[in-house]
Amino acid sequence: MFAYISRRLSVSLLILLTVSFAVYVIFAFLPFDPAALTCGKNCNDPGIIEANRHRLGYDLPFFTQYFLFLKGLFLGRSFGEGAAMINCPAPSLGYSFQQHACVTNLIGEALPVTFSLAIGAIVMWLALGIGLGILAARFRGRIVDQLSTIFVLIGTSLPTFLTGLLLMVFVVIRWHLIPFPSGNYTPFLENPFEWAQILFLPWLTLAFAYAALYTRFVRSSVIDTSNEDYIRTARAKGLSESVILGKHTLRAALAPIATMAGLDFAGLLGGAILTESVFNLPGLGRLAISAVVKYDLPIIVATTLLAAFIVVIMNLIVDILYAYIDPRVRVA
Amino acid sequence: MTLLKVENLSVDFPTPDGLVSAVHETSFEISAGETLAIVGESGSGKTVTNLALMGLIPSRTANISGSAKFESHDGPIDLISMDRNELRKYRGKDIAMIFQDPMSSLHPFYTIGDQIIEAHQIHNKVDIKVSKARAIELLELVGIQGADTRIKAFPHQFSGGMRQRVMIAMALVNNPLLLIADEPTTALDVTVQAQIIKLLADLQQEFKMAMILITHDMGVVAGAADRVNVMYAGRIVESANVRDLYANPLMPYTQGLLASVPRMDRPHTNRLSAIPGQPPSMIALPTGCSFNPRCTRKSEVGDSKCETQMPDLTPRGNGHLSRCFIGEGA
Repeated sequence: MFAYISRRLSVSLLILLTVSFAVYVIFAFLPFDPAALTCGKNCNDPGIIEANRHRLGYDLPFFTQYFLFLKGLFLGRSFGEGAAMINCPAPSLGYSFQQHACVTNLIGEALPVTFSLAIGAIVMWLALGIGLGILAARFRGRIVDQLSTIFVLIGTSLPTFLTGLLLMVFVVIRWHLIPFPSGNYTPFLENPFEWAQILFLPWLTLAFAYAALYTRFVRSSVIDTSNEDYIRTARAKGLSESVILGKHTLRAALAPIATMAGLDFAGLLGGAILTESVFNLPGLGRLAISAVVKYDLPIIVATTLLAAFIVVIMNLIVDILYAYIDPRVRVA
Repeated sequence: MTLLKVENLSVDFPTPDGLVSAVHETSFEISAGETLAIVGESGSGKTVTNLALMGLIPSRTANISGSAKFESHDGPIDLISMDRNELRKYRGKDIAMIFQDPMSSLHPFYTIGDQIIEAHQIHNKVDIKVSKARAIELLELVGIQGADTRIKAFPHQFSGGMRQRVMIAMALVNNPLLLIADEPTTALDVTVQAQIIKLLADLQQEFKMAMILITHDMGVVAGAADRVNVMYAGRIVESANVRDLYANPLMPYTQGLLASVPRMDRPHTNRLSAIPGQPPSMIALPTGCSFNPRCTRKSEVGDSKCETQMPDLTPRGNGHLSRCFIGEGA
C-alpha cells in the first residue's frame, strides 16, 4: 500500500507540474501586457509601465519567469527593491497589483469560504440523495419512487442561480421559514451559528442540484445490485430483507458513490462560481471570476493551479478510499 | 421416508405479452438421502421449480399454487403456503441451495470466512468463534488447503472450481436435509466438473442429505442421480429411476436428449444427432402435446391426437412415468 501511495504521489506531482506549465504558457502568451494592466485604465505613462514590468519580473525571459514562479512556491518571493519592496512569503503564488495583495493571502481568505460552502452542501446532498435513492429503489414503481422522479427532474433541470433566487424569494422573503441571512460571511470559529445561518441557503441551493443527480444514481445502483447473483445467495442463506439491503446490497451499490462524491467535492472546492455570486460569498469562485473580468493574471494562474491541485489530491484520496471499500482493487 | 412431496405446483408470471406458465401442475417427491436429477433445456422450468420451493420468487411477480410438504427438523411444513418470514428460518438451514455461476454468487466485498460464518450465525445462537471453527471445518471438508488462513481471503482470490467449493461449504454449514444444486458444474471446466460432482456425492453420503440436481448434462445425471425427472415446457414429461431411463427412454423428447450425448462406445457416425426445432415460446404453447411440433414420432399416434390433446403423465410399470401417447395403455 505504501509503495502504491508513493507511486501515485509522484505521478500527481508530475501532473501538477505539467498543469502549472500549461497555465503559465497561456498566461505568458495571452495578447495582454500584464505590466500595462497593473496601472489602471487610463494609464499611458510608459515609465510606470516599464517600472512595474521590471518589478514584477515580466521583463525576464519566459523560462526564467516560470522558474521564479516555481521557486516562489517553495521559497517565497519578493518584488521590487528597497523601500517599495513587496515580500510574499512561501508558498508564493505571485502578487496582484490590482488588489495590492499577495495572491496566496487572497486565496487564504477565499478558500475557507468555499470549503465551508462545499462541506455543508455535500453533507446535505449525500444525506438527501442516498436516502431518497434507496427509498426509491426499495419501493420501485410506488408513490415514493414517483415523487423522487419528479424531484430528480426538477433538480437536474433548474440552474443553481434560479434555485438560489427562488429559495431566497419564497423560503426567506415570502414564507419567513428562515430569517433573512443578514450580514457578511462569518468564519465558523468566530460564530458557528451565524456561519451556518448565512450558509444555509447556499448549501440548500447547491445540494438541491447534486441531490437530484445522486438520487437517480443511487436508485439505479441499488436496483442493479439487487439483481446480482450474490444477493440471491444472501437470500438463500435465510437473511432478512433489511440485513440483505443494509449489509449486502448497499455496500456494493454505494461504492461508486464514494468516487463520485470525491470528485464532485473537488470540483466545488475549485469554486462554486454561480452559487457564490448569487449569495455574494467571497469564495474562490468569485475571486476567480472577478480576476477574469479584470484580467488579473496572477490570480487566474493561481486559482487554476489550485483547482487542479485539489482535483489531483481528491483523486488520490478517492482511489485510496476505494481500495479500502472494494478488496478487488487492493494492491498486494 | 418421503422428505419432500410436491403436488400440483404451478408458477405463472404475468407479463405484458401474456401469462407465462413457467411451471405447470408439477408433482414429484424425494426421499431422505436420495438424489433427484431434473433435466431439460433452458426455459423448461427446472430452476423456477426450485426457486419456488426455496421461496426465492418475489410473490408480487408470480402466481404460485400447489403444495410442497417438507419434513423439516421441526416437523412437517408446506414450503408453498407458508408465510415468507417463517420460511426464512428454514432457508439455508434445512434446505440449502448452490447456484450455477460461482464467479458471481459470492459477495465480492466480504471474505469467504465472513460469508460462511454469516450463514452459520443466522440459524445458530452461538459465539462467533464456534461459527468460525465450523467454517474452517467445512472448508477443509470441501478440499480447500490451508482453510484456517484461506478463510481471510476474498472470492476473487479463488478459481471458479474453488469458489464452487466455498459455495458448497456455505450451503452445508447448517447440515441441511435437502441440498438443491442448480447446474453446479455448468460454468466450470470439464475436469473440475467431475471433481465437484464427486465431492457432492461424497458429501451427500457423509451428511445423509437428499439432493435435487438441476442440470442439462445427461452425463452428470448418469453418474450422480438415483431418479430423473425430465422437464419440457414447464411440465414433467418423463420420470424414472436412472437405470430405467437410460435403458428404456419412453418419451421421444428424452430419447432425443439421450441421442444427442456424444458416445465413445457407439459406431462413429458423421454428425451428432440433435432434436429438431426450438423450444416453444412459453406465452404461446402449441396446442396438444407441447413437444408435438418437434416430435419425430407423432405419426405413430395418428388422428392428429398429438396436436389436439395433452397426454397425461401415466405410469408404465416399475415407477416409470411418461407423458406420451406412444405405448400408453400397452
